[in-house]
Amino acid sequence: MAVGRPNAGLSRRDLLKRTGGLAALAAFTAACGGNTGRPADSGGGGKTALAQWYHQYGETGAREAALKYAKAYGDAAVTVQWTPGDYGAKLSSGLLSSKGPDVFEGQLNLAMVKSNQIVALDDLLEGVKDDFSAEDLATNTVDGKTYGIRMIVDPQVIYYRKSLLEKAGIQPPTTIDDLISASKELTTNKVKGIFVGNDGGVALGGPALWSSGGAYLTKDNKPGFTDGRAAQAFGKLHELYASKSTLLGAPTDWTDPSAIIQGLVAMQWIGMWALPAMQKAFGDDLGVFAFPALDAQGTPAVYSGGWTQFVSAKSANVDAAKKFVKWLWIDQAEYQEDWCLNYGFHIPPRKSLAAKAAKLQDGAAAETVKLNEQYGKTDNPAWTPKMATAFGDMLTNVIRKGADPAAEIGKAEKTVGTELSRLFG
Amino acid sequence: MSPRTTTKGIRGNTLWFWVFVGPFVIGLLVFSYLPIVWSLVLSFFEARNTVTPTEFVGLRNYVDMLTDRNFLSSLGTFSVFALFIVPLTFVLSLALALLVNQVKIARAFFRSVFFLPTACSYVVASLIWKLSIFNGVRFGLANTVLDWFGIDQIAWLSTVDPPWFWIPIITVRLWLQLGFYMILFIAGLQRISPALYEAAYVDGARPGWQVFRFITLPQLRATAVAVLILNLIAAYQAFDEFYNLLGNVNFARPPLVYLYGISLGTIQDLGHGSAGALILAAIIMIVTLLQNKILGFGKAND
Repeated sequence: MAVGRPNAGLSRRDLLKRTGGLAALAAFTAACGGNTGRPADSGGGGKTALAQWYHQYGETGAREAALKYAKAYGDAAVTVQWTPGDYGAKLSSGLLSSKGPDVFEGQLNLAMVKSNQIVALDDLLEGVKDDFSAEDLATNTVDGKTYGIRMIVDPQVIYYRKSLLEKAGIQPPTTIDDLISASKELTTNKVKGIFVGNDGGVALGGPALWSSGGAYLTKDNKPGFTDGRAAQAFGKLHELYASKSTLLGAPTDWTDPSAIIQGLVAMQWIGMWALPAMQKAFGDDLGVFAFPALDAQGTPAVYSGGWTQFVSAKSANVDAAKKFVKWLWIDQAEYQEDWCLNYGFHIPPRKSLAAKAAKLQDGAAAETVKLNEQYGKTDNPAWTPKMATAFGDMLTNVIRKGADPAAEIGKAEKTVGTELSRLFG
Repeated sequence: MSPRTTTKGIRGNTLWFWVFVGPFVIGLLVFSYLPIVWSLVLSFFEARNTVTPTEFVGLRNYVDMLTDRNFLSSLGTFSVFALFIVPLTFVLSLALALLVNQVKIARAFFRSVFFLPTACSYVVASLIWKLSIFNGVRFGLANTVLDWFGIDQIAWLSTVDPPWFWIPIITVRLWLQLGFYMILFIAGLQRISPALYEAAYVDGARPGWQVFRFITLPQLRATAVAVLILNLIAAYQAFDEFYNLLGNVNFARPPLVYLYGISLGTIQDLGHGSAGALILAAIIMIVTLLQNKILGFGKAND
């Protein structure tokens, strides 16, 4: 490829010298480390420097709120790193080195504890432990030690346009068969019945399993998704996918309310975070129901997701980081309420705050809170990302390829069993 | 020239050599060779959630990866991808080169137009393909065109049976890389002596296919072999378009996406990931050497 003369005033030799110098500078700065989110020096005004990592929240104003809290903290200079895209992968890499976060949000898994990536935070919970639900504590506890402070609870359920169901003469479904029928009946040439994700509904794997009476892991840490009823539930997810009544290939995925707001679907599986945007679009024309029971023997299911704050064990300032976490997520009730209710909607993990949250007292919000209390299921920290990947692969094969659920369960069980043997012997 | 001046000149040259080359050598050592060596070390250790492991496991990670159905399936995905992308890129970039090379006016313009997509990021192109052209709703470009002909909308990236996702995957890479290989072919075409064509015409060769078959193609041998080798290596390294268009799905997961998932994604199993990466590197090297042997890259310049 021919290289043109850059300009009349710059000789080839000049150009080489300058680009050589620039490359040297680039190599030097790169070798000195990338953007860790911390200030370049030890912190403003000699304060301890702390880096706090968040994933990118979709709700307007959330980032500014996080920055506001960090700025308001007086005992350390806290910088906020807001991460779009694959936050999980970035966080995992960040936790391998001391250049990662001091304080970060995430979800606990046993591998983080076994490899000493995080520190226990039991001392921060002294005196307020009873104000957290048993589920929120359990999801962050391994071997009796609690490693994270729950920041928000995000129930995932099915929201629907009341008017569209009424027009079709359909009641909110109570079984998976009802859901499939409703989805088909609501489908027209312009509107699909339901949106459960562009992957065909892999996010419904957990709720479908719970609705059949199963669990990811049993209480004694054995695979809990291997019986015939679980296979039946996964088969139903394929039936829903194959009904041609689910929206596929939407520009945004199920975590974003655009599909239902743009009128592409009548129902959407999504988290409570999107409720303000949906209410703004539809007002009272918005209902909610849990993932329906598999059958009369099953129970409805709600995935009680959310985010938890952790302190990295590789932080150079573990004590300062713990102090900041306590200040922000235990002591500052006003900020927690702001964080949970003024951008998207989330349930405040502190029971005392959730009880008086005015915005959660009526309509679809109140109904979602009620469903979460009745049917909510939190993550099991012993369910590691490797197990989740095997489970997701199994669901993909069943839902999208129509593979035999029992055979696919057998393959996933093998991987999960190997992982459990490694973790628990 | 006096001996003193020569010595000074050599010293000066050496100094400037290191000024220019040094930063790149340091970059190469720190960002390429050191990670490769460290990856080799990690591949012999149990290395979950750590880059400084202590439990030596010998060849266990290699055995695990060679018997891992997902890793083997990712090699299958690569094979399907290569089967489409290598011949298509070869034929289309050669055709483009022949067309552009024959254009009498605005040749530079046409060269630039076709080469321009090479400058576009794979991520950006993938997002345009995913969000605008091949989204599955009625207002996606591809579905709008189908609608003109009364054909139902297709969920391009979500449908496994039939596997429509291959169309966006293949087309985005074609759009991005055709221009680059076209330029290689144009360079090859311009090296063919016009005297050869004149001689062929004098000997009665008909313009068109006959000249192409017996003059142009043999003369392009060196370029063609290089294009095939580069293309196959690039296919092995497919990551961006798969990851951005489909995510980490098991039915279309090339080796790099799988290895990223287990080592740099949330699983953080760097021992198995490193072993897989080195197995893949070995496969690429062996295939390239075989390709060289079969296609006769060394003989191409004879």
